[in-house]
Amino acid sequence: MNTELLGIIATYLLTVILAIPLGIYLSKVFAGEKVWTDFLKPLENGIFKLSGINSKEQMNWKQHMKALLTINLVWLVYGFFVLLQQDKLPLNPDGNPGMTPDLAFNTIISFVVNCNLQHYSGESGVSYLTQHFVLMFLQFVSAATGIAAAVVFFKAFRDKTTTALGNFWDFFVKSITRLLLPLSVLVAVVLAFNGTPTSYEGKDQFISLQGDTVHVSRGPAAGFIAIKHLGTNGGGWFGANSAHPLENPSYLSNMVEMISQVIIPIAMVIAFGYFIRRKKLAWMIFGVMTIGMFLLLLPTLSSELGGNPAIAKMGVSQTTGAMEGKEVRFGPTASAYWSTVTTIISTGSVNSMHDSGMPLTGLWQLLGMMINSFYGGCGVGVLNYFIYLIIAVFISGLMVGRTPEFLGHKVEAREVKIAALITLLSPFLILAGTAIAAYVFTNHSGAAWAVQPKTWLNNPGFHGFSEMLYEMTSSNANNGSGFEGLGDNNVFWNVSTGFVLLLGRFLPIIGPVAIAGLLGAKKFIPESAGTLKTDTMTFSLMTFAVILVLNALSYFPALALGPLAEYFTLFK
Amino acid sequence: MKKYLLQSIRLTLVLLVLLCVAYPLFVAFAGGFSKGKGGGEKIIRNGQVVGYALLGQSFTKPQYFWGRPSAVGYNAAGSGGSNKAASNPDYQKEVQNRIDTLMKYHPYLQKSEIPADMVTASGSGLDPNISPQAAAIQIKRIATYRQLDEKTVAALVEKNTAKPLFGLFGPSTVNVLELNIALDDLKK
Repeated sequence: MNTELLGIIATYLLTVILAIPLGIYLSKVFAGEKVWTDFLKPLENGIFKLSGINSKEQMNWKQHMKALLTINLVWLVYGFFVLLQQDKLPLNPDGNPGMTPDLAFNTIISFVVNCNLQHYSGESGVSYLTQHFVLMFLQFVSAATGIAAAVVFFKAFRDKTTTALGNFWDFFVKSITRLLLPLSVLVAVVLAFNGTPTSYEGKDQFISLQGDTVHVSRGPAAGFIAIKHLGTNGGGWFGANSAHPLENPSYLSNMVEMISQVIIPIAMVIAFGYFIRRKKLAWMIFGVMTIGMFLLLLPTLSSELGGNPAIAKMGVSQTTGAMEGKEVRFGPTASAYWSTVTTIISTGSVNSMHDSGMPLTGLWQLLGMMINSFYGGCGVGVLNYFIYLIIAVFISGLMVGRTPEFLGHKVEAREVKIAALITLLSPFLILAGTAIAAYVFTNHSGAAWAVQPKTWLNNPGFHGFSEMLYEMTSSNANNGSGFEGLGDNNVFWNVSTGFVLLLGRFLPIIGPVAIAGLLGAKKFIPESAGTLKTDTMTFSLMTFAVILVLNALSYFPALALGPLAEYFTLFK
Repeated sequence: MKKYLLQSIRLTLVLLVLLCVAYPLFVAFAGGFSKGKGGGEKIIRNGQVVGYALLGQSFTKPQYFWGRPSAVGYNAAGSGGSNKAASNPDYQKEVQNRIDTLMKYHPYLQKSEIPADMVTASGSGLDPNISPQAAAIQIKRIATYRQLDEKTVAALVEKNTAKPLFGLFGPSTVNVLELNIALDDLKK
């Protein structure tokens, strides 16, 4: 078998093998059971003491959301001003300038919401201080926010009837001390020994073998790249993200980065099942997610390995696959695998340029982000899936003519309304956003703005439309990858995606937690012969069908105008 | 609400120390023991830094092995790909030009022998590698320009080809800079 294919098979298997024990461990950590990392308790107690927090105080779901939103607001304000003023602050050896207000607005939102859409380039757009004290900081805490929100949701289903859902700060801090930080140290050290820089030195300069003077951007990147993946953030230290040889030096580092971005989302599903003592439900969810992933991965592989037909016509053989925007040390197979996992999980880091992928690859990437719950982001993946699950429970209930229930709690009008609103939010933000952008591009292409809309697109025709669709989809999914040819550092894109990012993050967190909180407070109905069981094959298929139907109905027209139309033009 | 605000601010400050001071300083300390001492591994020749092991360089002279086309001209102060779509007509013309240039310098080649990586830009613009096939098609040209035996050059390519990880995972690669340094060293 060819070594490129073996590489991704090994990567996926290793991921699952590591994620299962990690999930069991997490369920114990958040349930407060004994685990081997309890030696970190003094550190956590110190953090709580210095912050004036009583981590034993119980919160209901509303208090949880208030705490979550408050601390996120603090980060927004703090980060915004650092980004504006970074040129006047220390740790800026390359003398990079401060950000414009619209770019700072977009960047800070994007990092607070775990998206890392980057409308700047790491080498020239930010200082080392910003990279560490704003961006890397947010990569930790935004991931911990998602995980903590998911644990609140777990908590609502652990006991029969409860409104006491634990303490938000407790979940949040433990996500960092017991999970993100230790794993980041490990991954960062592995990266450092593969060649990723760790020192604070500024740009270097040398004369190349051929006699050219070359400048080299560097910086303490290894720690940043570790959490960028573990926290499913995806924002790169360098402009080219994980395609950059210093950010992702070798095939080994590439495997490590691919494993580290998928491991926590899978572990959270396992943790859910162990935490609420319904392992079978977790395995069913894992099954649906895994099938979903492979249904996106296999056609992606086939489309990339087939190569570009236009280049084939010129007589060049593309024996391993399409190579534009890809690195030789990874090859098309590992690049295709990465592009699938980074879009189904909301990482959004790239090791190849998605803009240069084959048309259908773009289609599968977009669909992965639209569904956004085949594993999904740190914590939020499970929450997104839960919304589909509630819709499936509701529809199944209607079909068999019973009051729908989930885990012994009646699902009533209020919960279904919330779920329906959250389901409608994504298509609304993506399609309305893209429509406005396309309207401005076609009708005001010569507008007297600093960047004229007619210069936005890097590619003509259907692919140009895909660039705009991708940007809005990525923002709504809090993914952060892009068809990077899009000229996105201007007022229109910075502001519009800024709002899409905010809405696409916090409503899909508040919605599921609210549903869980409401359900958890309801009377527990013991299982009977008439109960709709949610941990069966039949119900899993039902959920899968709901996911497919909802997304196909919402997005097919837009996808037909972009990647599908491009495909039929290129392969005619 | 006020209680949460105060707790949020204090917790943020504490975490800034843990995550943005303690953590990266520890990683920097550990990185100090790596090959490049945390600053990136440099390649030094005759006492001069001639490059970074991981960063590709621009090679245009006919006596050197060429790397891949780059959207940023191998300027490592930045990085990036072309972001050109497969369907873009301008891009297709560009690829055709690259093929023509290659054919001009390697008149002995069949077009079907040209590997894809030689006519497409990398994602980073700094790709240090080419595929073994991309090195193979250049051997005859190098041998002619350097007045070397083709077999000597081929042996050098073979020596500088990195096999898949553990012999099992991923593609074989050739580091262009290291190969060219080895070429220059042959003369002595």
